[in-house]
Amino acid sequence: MKPKTIWRGLCAAPALLAAPAMAEWNLLNLPKGVTDTSHAVFDLHMIILWVCVVIGIVVFGAMIIAMLKHRKSKGAVAAQFHESTTMEIVWTIIPILILVSMAIPATKTLLAMEDVGDADMTIKITGVQWKWKYDYIDGEAAGISFVSSLHPEHNEARLLGAGMDTETLREKFGDTYLREVDKPLVVPTGKKIRFLLTAADVIHSWWVPDLGWKKDAIPGFVNESWTLIEKPGVYRGKCAELCGKDHGFMPIVVVAKAPADYAAWVAQQKGAAAETAAAASKTWSKDDLIARGQEVYAANCAACHQPNGKGLPPAFPALAGSAIATGDPAKHIEVVLNGRPGTAMAAYRDLLSDVDLAAVITYERNSWGNSGSVVQPADVKAAR
Amino acid sequence: MSTATATHDDHHDHGPAKGLMRWVTTTNHKDIGTLYLLFALLMFFIGGAMAMVIRAELFQPGMQLVDPQFFNSMTTVHALVMIFGAVMPAFTGLANWLIPMMIGAPDMALPRMNNFSFWILPFAFTLLLSTFFMNGGAPAGGWTIYPPLSLQMGDGFPFMIFAIHLMGISSIMGSINVVVTILNMRAPGMTLMKMPLFVWTWLITAYLLIATMPVLAGAVTMLLTDKFAGTSFFNAAGGGDPVMYQHIFWFFGHPEVYILILPAFGIISAIVPTFARKPLFGYSSMVYATASIAFLSFIVWAHHMFTVGMPVVGELFFMYATMMIAVPTGVKVFNWVSTMWKGSMTFETPMLFAIGFIMMFTIGGFSGLMLAIAPADFQYHDTYFVVAHFHYVLVTGAVYSIMAATYYWLPKWTGNMYDERLGKLHFWLSTISVNVLFFPQHFLGLAGMPRRIPDYSVQFADWNMVSSIGGFVFGASQLLFAWIVYKTIKGRGKEQVPAKVWEGAQGLEWTLPSPPPYHSFTEAPVVK
Repeated sequence: MKPKTIWRGLCAAPALLAAPAMAEWNLLNLPKGVTDTSHAVFDLHMIILWVCVVIGIVVFGAMIIAMLKHRKSKGAVAAQFHESTTMEIVWTIIPILILVSMAIPATKTLLAMEDVGDADMTIKITGVQWKWKYDYIDGEAAGISFVSSLHPEHNEARLLGAGMDTETLREKFGDTYLREVDKPLVVPTGKKIRFLLTAADVIHSWWVPDLGWKKDAIPGFVNESWTLIEKPGVYRGKCAELCGKDHGFMPIVVVAKAPADYAAWVAQQKGAAAETAAAASKTWSKDDLIARGQEVYAANCAACHQPNGKGLPPAFPALAGSAIATGDPAKHIEVVLNGRPGTAMAAYRDLLSDVDLAAVITYERNSWGNSGSVVQPADVKAAR
Repeated sequence: MSTATATHDDHHDHGPAKGLMRWVTTTNHKDIGTLYLLFALLMFFIGGAMAMVIRAELFQPGMQLVDPQFFNSMTTVHALVMIFGAVMPAFTGLANWLIPMMIGAPDMALPRMNNFSFWILPFAFTLLLSTFFMNGGAPAGGWTIYPPLSLQMGDGFPFMIFAIHLMGISSIMGSINVVVTILNMRAPGMTLMKMPLFVWTWLITAYLLIATMPVLAGAVTMLLTDKFAGTSFFNAAGGGDPVMYQHIFWFFGHPEVYILILPAFGIISAIVPTFARKPLFGYSSMVYATASIAFLSFIVWAHHMFTVGMPVVGELFFMYATMMIAVPTGVKVFNWVSTMWKGSMTFETPMLFAIGFIMMFTIGGFSGLMLAIAPADFQYHDTYFVVAHFHYVLVTGAVYSIMAATYYWLPKWTGNMYDERLGKLHFWLSTISVNVLFFPQHFLGLAGMPRRIPDYSVQFADWNMVSSIGGFVFGASQLLFAWIVYKTIKGRGKEQVPAKVWEGAQGLEWTLPSPPPYHSFTEAPVVK
């Protein structure tokens, strides 16, 4: 680390203390959150915390008194008592009673959290290295489906060597650095929403602190959870199970809207989906494909294959001059659609539309010195 | 407890071999104990260097030093090295040095197996660390190596698995040695309920190791066959279940954390009475509490897995069982405090570390109790709150007990007194910095910072910077420890310490000269 950075850090510390608006020294406790669940969990947390504080005061208090009074330098003479069955029983029974009194509210809360019944709507969440896919299963939004990734500007800022530090990041992003996505999960307020959680590759975990829970997303299995948000707002979370290189870079954003606003959003999404379907059947120009492909590449591929196409071999191969990107387009489509099992190359068939797949493949075949063919959305559709 | 001390005997005391081969071929418990302890110290610095890389990257948001994959390798290998390379070998080294002397035995029961148990370790860690230089790099899926992620590892994967197998074999053999020695070689009159508590805690730890290391071996072998032999233990597409790995791993993993702390309890139970000049309070309760903790440790494993989607009945069972473990652990803390109470205390370095242990391990215990509350754990799981918890119990717990033990017994082992002023300086520097390092991590976890991430949102910057500064100071302070140990071993030629180094010390090891002869008790002492 540069000495300059350390010095700036140490100098910043007192400045931060003097500028409470900028500092987060008061970031000390669990958030209360916006659901009944999160409130119940917060209450449990505070009770057990206070129990521990009180026990700590008693135990450490006794130790400190002993260290001050019962020391040889004060002339203390050691007593020789060394057992007491009564005391052993007392300090076994009292903790048991405290624990039982904690277990009762904890049990109630747990049973309430696990009760997924009578939901108003269901959303399927799929964790995939390193983004989230949301599918609205039923209700007015049924059929809406999209991938939610770390916002591209944040994705650029987090690269090694991007030259970021605390102040710069605060200026650019406020307090949403690494907590912003391109397409948030939009949900209605006042409705019990059931979530089905799964994963496509490795174990992930979906966590929004303000909702009060997290649940693992496990490949090949479906977990259930639920939430009911009363207050419209934006709630941010993160993946909470180590899932590889970019585990720290797959945030979650939930936007809770009042029912009327939610309905408007649904209508707008369905319109956009219809446009995308139309776009998939037309023939695109090479320039249009490459322009769109560059955006798709930046959001989905650059993290591993790098913006300059050179990759980070051997784990992440180069695309510049590679056999796949300059050879038979069918093989190129196949790798992107189906991934390479046993490696970090994911299958993109469910993550990207035909148009985006065609665009990114065309971009890869025509960049960094590769000069190759164009792939149309219809070609991708045929290969599925 | 009165003893008849063995002095020299009539048949020759041949003494150790000369030169390097002494250390390669030794079957002597003191030499092997020294080898384990020095190996552990080296691994402590290697694991510590990785921690410095972690804290350096986390000093500010943004990525300044390393790429995310390498960062994940740092967190993974830091843990593997500290757990299997530093703490466990250090406790085994203490067991080797102390158990024979404490029970009046000439050596361990199986001296050649003892040598082999040690020498497996440098080989195993060479294998593990060599994966940094292989295609795909070192392990980066966390020390818990959950599949499917761990199966994405590159060429180093089989080396990691083999290294873990070797470490397990070393532990199992060492444990067999401990059990056989303690059950068969105690001096006449030393019944089980007269053994020092350190011997009891190691006896119980050894049984835990024998029971659980084979389970870890099974889990990692299943990973190996899933990768190379077409099995689907942890692959849903083939009919398997990634969560099954977690069950098997944590069935090992939870007793493992008690393996990492029970010897510490034994050490503290030796040191506090000495410096309080008062017998250990509640000896038999301490034994029963240790046995209860060991038993309970087998039935709580899924508290590491509250968020996987277990049936509610399972979650409730594991929550209740986990909360129960607080009871015997609390009993032990109360007994130590009662030992201090109305004693006549002095505060030499071993006592400082022991008191630091009692206070800060208890803080770790409090966060552990909070984690046991399953619905609250949904917010804490996989955050820095957990990281803070286990570092309090492992660093200010296990590591502090090892340092306390070193200061306490090094004069016995070497015949030289360590530098008390430097020892106290080491204690205070470490204690202040370790709290600056780990206490803010409670706040970070509660505020929403997950673990195992190389970069974080800006609102976490302040506490991360504080934590990193604590980390750098703590790391540097350990160099002082290495210097103190070196100076003590070398000796200053003058101050030779008596057999009973500490005024209040009790136990057979304090009846031997300092340093003790190469073969400790060639005639068994009689214990009244």
